[in-house]
Amino acid sequence: MFDTNELVINMGPQHPSTHGVLRVVLRLDGETVVDADVVIGYLHRGIEKLSENRNWTQIILLTDRMDYVAAATNNVGYCETVEKLMSLEVPRRARYVRTILCELQRIASHCLWVGTHAMDIGAMTVFLYAFRERELILDLFEEFCGARLTYNSMRIGGLPLDIPPGWDKKVLEFCTIMAAKLDEYEELLTHNRIWLERTKGVGVISGAEALALGLSGPPLRGSGVARDVRKDEPYAAYDEMAFDVPIGASGDTYDRYLVRMEEFRQSLRIIRQATEGIPEGPIVGKVPRLIKPPAGETYHAIESPKGELGYFIVSDGKSTNPYRFRVRPPSFCNLQGLRRLVKGHLVADVVALIGSLDVVLGEVDR
Amino acid sequence: MADDPQKPPAPAAPAPPAAHAPKASAPVGPPDPPPPAGTAQPAFIAALQAAVPGSVSQVSYWVGDWTIIVPVARLLEVARHLRDAPDAAFDMCSDVTATDWPIRPERFDVVYCLYSTRHRQRIRVKARAGEHEPVPSMSGVWPAANWLEREVYDMFGVNITGHPDRRRILMPDDWQGFPQRKDYPLEGPGELLMESPLDWLKLRQAREEADIE
Repeated sequence: MFDTNELVINMGPQHPSTHGVLRVVLRLDGETVVDADVVIGYLHRGIEKLSENRNWTQIILLTDRMDYVAAATNNVGYCETVEKLMSLEVPRRARYVRTILCELQRIASHCLWVGTHAMDIGAMTVFLYAFRERELILDLFEEFCGARLTYNSMRIGGLPLDIPPGWDKKVLEFCTIMAAKLDEYEELLTHNRIWLERTKGVGVISGAEALALGLSGPPLRGSGVARDVRKDEPYAAYDEMAFDVPIGASGDTYDRYLVRMEEFRQSLRIIRQATEGIPEGPIVGKVPRLIKPPAGETYHAIESPKGELGYFIVSDGKSTNPYRFRVRPPSFCNLQGLRRLVKGHLVADVVALIGSLDVVLGEVDR
Repeated sequence: MADDPQKPPAPAAPAPPAAHAPKASAPVGPPDPPPPAGTAQPAFIAALQAAVPGSVSQVSYWVGDWTIIVPVARLLEVARHLRDAPDAAFDMCSDVTATDWPIRPERFDVVYCLYSTRHRQRIRVKARAGEHEPVPSMSGVWPAANWLEREVYDMFGVNITGHPDRRRILMPDDWQGFPQRKDYPLEGPGELLMESPLDWLKLRQAREEADIE
């Protein structure tokens, strides 16, 4: 009487909840997902190839365009990789400012995540709240470097500019405001019955499986693996900061949410310590006028808001551009886990799961 | 000045019309320097050499990174050992990528960046592969390698075998050529190359001759 054939539907690339141009081909049995094929590449701009034809300084602004909601983190990762390749010493003041910028960026990125993730599931208010606070961070960035989205805020060996006078006070003020606003978000979501129904037990993945699939960042920590590049392989000034790495227990969408909410607070804690302890001193190390790292290759990873952001760079020691420039994008590797996560769930959960992975398609496709 | 705004947009754009015609001055490979005397080599490398004979052809150390160079034939055994041996325990495959050295007979370096959450250590495994030489897929050892290897295939055309789902990932399915190779022009092939690559080559050569005259 009823036809029980499987149905193939196409979600995206223009679907609003795919956060960009992601296409997911779903094979459905009724409303249950049997299999999914994730199709990417719609935003591929060849940043790796372009970078191999630009000089070392010009690449900084290309890295802005990868994870465009966390541009400062990309800049820091790239500059640190080149500094490692050149064995450059970065002054302590610059490392502190980098830490502050990275953590502000993490809060801005998580604000965007909590807003869009909640809106995907149906909570409109959080979106408006979170964007209000994100605006404050963008103002701070505007005051520091003049840009609000693509900052180009780092230089190899240090910072382009010192922080403006009074900026550190504004950052501390922001921390006070943000701490109170976080409680507002949590009041709206954490014990909300609808939120719990939509996120608890959805997309459960064990720690070992998440690790094997290459997940990193909050999706990995949500499954109970305490892996954080800031703790395990400290960069910038993280070795001088006291902070905790929150982990989840059950590895579902709700735990990934809780991990990110706690990361907000830990980021504020780091920002307070770094801002109060900014040392005096130069902002740029001894950088040669012509940047030309010696021949060799290196891989350097940092913790971006999405996960482990790695750069693999090969220099031939002769030309003024890298011989090979490779980015290990956290969103790309996290998105790979989507196929595993959506199996057996409903179509509506696919939206929640894409949101809980927090991917930025600019970084997936580069 | 290094950042002259008057410079043309793509100063170093390689434009060899014929495929596989790199400049004679192109580098033949990374230096892969041996560790300086007095640097303590991680113990798991010696254990790997003992467990899988002939597995490590070279050990290299540069700016704090350890790299082992492995023959392609031993790659799978090495990967399994590095994942399962308790003193190595590389449970996370951070990255799989490749580097193209067109002058070298084994033109590709296939690079695996591994991380161990238990010992908090990294190792880079490199294998040198020829243009059509089969490279075994690591997706059976680390499922994370699945998409990363698809990208290596898509961008370089490394012949990855035993992959569960070897398709292009970032470029369209009907794309011709492998964009990250050094002999692939930066400006891309244009529409014509997609349809008829030979006509594209002729047109390009004709244009260059017109430029010279």
